[in-house]
Amino acid sequence: MNQKAIVLYLHVHQPFRVRHYTIFDAGVNHNYFDAPLGEGTNNQQIVQKVAEKSYIPMNRRLLQLLNDYPQFCLSISITGTVIEQLERWAPEALQSFKDIVATGRVEIVAETYHHSLAFFYSREEFEQQVAMHRTKVKDVFGKTPQVFRNTELSYNNEIAAWADSAGYKGILAEGWDKVLGWRSPNYVYRPSGTENIRLLMKNYKLSDDIAFRFGNKHWAEWPLTTDKFTHWLNSTHNATNFNLFMDYETFGEHQWEETGIFGFLEDLPQKWLATPGNAFMTLSQAIDTYDPADEIDTPHTTTWADTERDLSAWLGNGMQTSAIQALYDLQKQVLATNDLALIEDWRRLQASDHFYYMCTKWFTDGDIHAYFSPYENPYDAFMAFMNAYHDVRYRLIEKGVEI
Amino acid sequence: MKVLMLGWELPPHNSGGLGVACYQLCKALARDGADIDFVLPYKADHDAPFMKVTSVRPEGVIEVERLAGTYDSHKYVFKDGTEQMVDVFGQQQLFEQAVDEYVQQLDEPFDVIHAHDWLTFRGALRAKERTGLPLIIHLHSIERDRAGGNAGNPLVREIEATAMLIADQIVAVSQHTKDMIVKDYDIPADKIEVVHNSIDKSALDPLDDENAYAYLSALKSQGYRIVTNIGRLTLQKNLPNLLYAAKEVIERAPKTIFLIVGSGEQLFELLDLVGRLGIGKNVIFTGFQRGKQWRDAYAIADLFVMPSISEPFGLTALEAIAYGTPVLMSKQSGVAEVVRNSLKVNFWDVHEMANQITAVVQNDSLRDELHANALHEYAHLDWQTSSKKLFGVYDRHAYPGVTV
Repeated sequence: MNQKAIVLYLHVHQPFRVRHYTIFDAGVNHNYFDAPLGEGTNNQQIVQKVAEKSYIPMNRRLLQLLNDYPQFCLSISITGTVIEQLERWAPEALQSFKDIVATGRVEIVAETYHHSLAFFYSREEFEQQVAMHRTKVKDVFGKTPQVFRNTELSYNNEIAAWADSAGYKGILAEGWDKVLGWRSPNYVYRPSGTENIRLLMKNYKLSDDIAFRFGNKHWAEWPLTTDKFTHWLNSTHNATNFNLFMDYETFGEHQWEETGIFGFLEDLPQKWLATPGNAFMTLSQAIDTYDPADEIDTPHTTTWADTERDLSAWLGNGMQTSAIQALYDLQKQVLATNDLALIEDWRRLQASDHFYYMCTKWFTDGDIHAYFSPYENPYDAFMAFMNAYHDVRYRLIEKGVEI
Repeated sequence: MKVLMLGWELPPHNSGGLGVACYQLCKALARDGADIDFVLPYKADHDAPFMKVTSVRPEGVIEVERLAGTYDSHKYVFKDGTEQMVDVFGQQQLFEQAVDEYVQQLDEPFDVIHAHDWLTFRGALRAKERTGLPLIIHLHSIERDRAGGNAGNPLVREIEATAMLIADQIVAVSQHTKDMIVKDYDIPADKIEVVHNSIDKSALDPLDDENAYAYLSALKSQGYRIVTNIGRLTLQKNLPNLLYAAKEVIERAPKTIFLIVGSGEQLFELLDLVGRLGIGKNVIFTGFQRGKQWRDAYAIADLFVMPSISEPFGLTALEAIAYGTPVLMSKQSGVAEVVRNSLKVNFWDVHEMANQITAVVQNDSLRDELHANALHEYAHLDWQTSSKKLFGVYDRHAYPGVTV
C-alpha cells in the first residue's frame, strides 16, 4: 500500500517592532524597540498575549498528542528574535517548546536569526544570520537543523543552490501553481541545478483551509471537521506527502480557541491514523522516505504571501525598497564598529515584518482586514523605521565613521 | 423632484467654500434630474444654466448689492432711493421676510426645502411653516468650527440649534461634523445623514510647463523641499501651530521652505510669530492668490499641510492631491474620511506634526508613495455619489411611508 504522510510544519516568529520613534528621538535615545506599556508596538505585551493564547495552550496539546501517539510528529521553525523575546518575557512558553522538542519527534528548521530578507541584499550578512540561528537553536534546544527555509518562504533556484552547497538535505517553498504547472505539491521534488537537496512545497489549499478559512462561517466548507479533512486527504490518490505549512500562531491567535481549532488538531491524529498506511512525518522523514518525483525550476522568487506569491508585500513600493536599501547600505560601517548593541539593533531592523507594515496595496484597496500591523497606516510604519535608521546613522557619526 | 433650495452665495460671488460646494452639488443633482429653484438674498449674474436662480428681496427693496468681503457687507437700496448697510442678522431677517413672500406667491408645488448653513435657516424655517414641506438643512460647518473650537457666537448657535430641532432632516458634510452636531447640540445621530463633499475635477485648470514660483523651483533643484498651506489666515486654520512645527522641522531639515498662501485677519500675528521664532528665511507669505499662482502653489509643494482645529470637510486637501502633492491633515478634518492615504495628526500635537513633516521632506519615497495612493482614492471621488445619497434623503421625505 502506498504510504501517505501529513507533513505538518509550523512557523514561530515575533519581530522586534519599532515603537512610535520620532525625529526628536533620533540622536537622543536609541530604544527603538521599547514601546511604553499599552502601545500597539509594545513587544513584551504582544509576546505575552500570544504565549497565553497560542504558544502555551498549543504546546500543551502537542505534547499530549506526542505522548498519546508514537506515530505523531511535526516540524517547527522558530526565529532567534522570538526565542529572545520568550527568554525575556515568557520563559514558561519557551519551556513548553523545549518540552515538545525533547520528545525527539519535533524537527527544527533552519532560517535567518532575524527573519530577514538579507539573502536578497547581502549574502555575507545572510550567512551570518543563518549561522547565528544555528548556534541559538543548538544552545536552546540541543538540535542542529537539517532543512532550510528562507524568510516568508521566499524561494528560487539560487536559494536552493545555496542551501544545497551549505549541506542542507531539504528546503521549503510555496506550492505555487505557476511553478508547479500540472504537478501536485504532494510529492518530494528536486530543485533545478542541484543534486543532493530536496524540495518540499506547501499545499496551500489544504494549509489555508486551516490557517485562514477554518473559522470563517461564510466558507462553504465550514465547519471543517477532521472527518471531512481526512476524507479529502484519503481520497487524494496521487500523493505521498501533504505539506501543511502555516504560522504556528494559527492555533489560538489567528484562529481563536472559540473556533474549535485546538479540538481539530487534537482529533486529527486519531482520525488520520485510523486508515492503514497513513502516517505523520517530519520534513526530514519525508525527504528520506520518498524519491523526488520531478525537478522544479523556479527562476523567479516565490513566497507564501498574497495572491501574487512574490516579494511585493515587502518590497513592492518605493518606501519599502528605499528603506531596506538604506539599511543594507550601512552594513560595512555598522559591522566595522564591533559595537554589538549597534549591530544587533541594525539586524533587528532587518526583520521583514518592518517592510510588510509599510505595504500599501491592501491599504489602498481599503481591505485593512488583510493587513496585520501595529501601526495606524503604512506611512507611520515607514516614518518610525526611518527615524530609527537615522539614529543608527547618528550613532555611526558619533563614532567618527564616514557615512 | 422639485427642490426649493436656499443658499447664501454662489460663485463667483462667494467668500469661501460654501458657494462652491452648493454650486457643484446642485450641478450634480440637476444631472440626476432634480428641478432646483436656488434662492439667494442678492442679485447677480451666475453661470448656472442647470437650475433656476432666484434673487429675493423684501417688499420695498429694489436692489441688494453684495459687496466684496465678508458676510457683513450687503447694501440695501430702497424704493425711495435711500440706501442702508445691513449687518448679518439684519440680512437674515430681511431674507426671511423675502423668502416668506416668495413662497406665498409660488403656484408650482415643491417636494422639499433644502437649506445651506445657518445664514439661510431663518428663511428656511419660515418657508417650512408657510408651505408645510419637509425641511432638509445642510451643515457645511457649525459655529464651533468657525470659532476654532470655542463655543462661538451664541446668537448663531441659537439659530443653528433651533433649525436642527425643527428640520425634518440634517445633512452633514462629514462624520466629523455629524459627531460634533450630536455632541454639541444634543441631536440624535439617526437624524443626521453624512453626505461627503467632492471635487469637480473638470473645474481644475491643468498645470503648464513652467511653475510660477521660479525661486522655489531653483531651491528645489538645490535639494530644498517645500511645505505649503493654502487657506484663510484665520483662527480655525491653526497656522500658529504649523509655524511652531516649522521651527522644529527647520532645525533638523534646514532645507525646508514653508509657503503660506492666503489672507486673513491673522496675517500680522503670523508674521510676528515667524520673527519671534527666527524662521523668517524659511517661511514665505504670498498673500491671496488665484489662477496660475494658486495652482502652482499646490504643484510646487512636496507636502500640503492642513492643520485646522476643525475642518468640516477641507476641499484644499483634494485640490493639493489633484495638483500632485500629498497631504498632512489634522485628524479633526472631514476630508480625512475620504482620503485614507494621508498623514494625520491631532491639531494640537506640534511635535508629531513636525515629526511627520520632517519624514516627508527627508524621504521622497514617502512623498511619492503617499501621493500615488491618494491619487488613486481621488480618482474615485465624484459629486454624483453625493447627489445619489441626497436623492435618497429627498425620497425619504418627499414620499414618506413609501417603502421600496
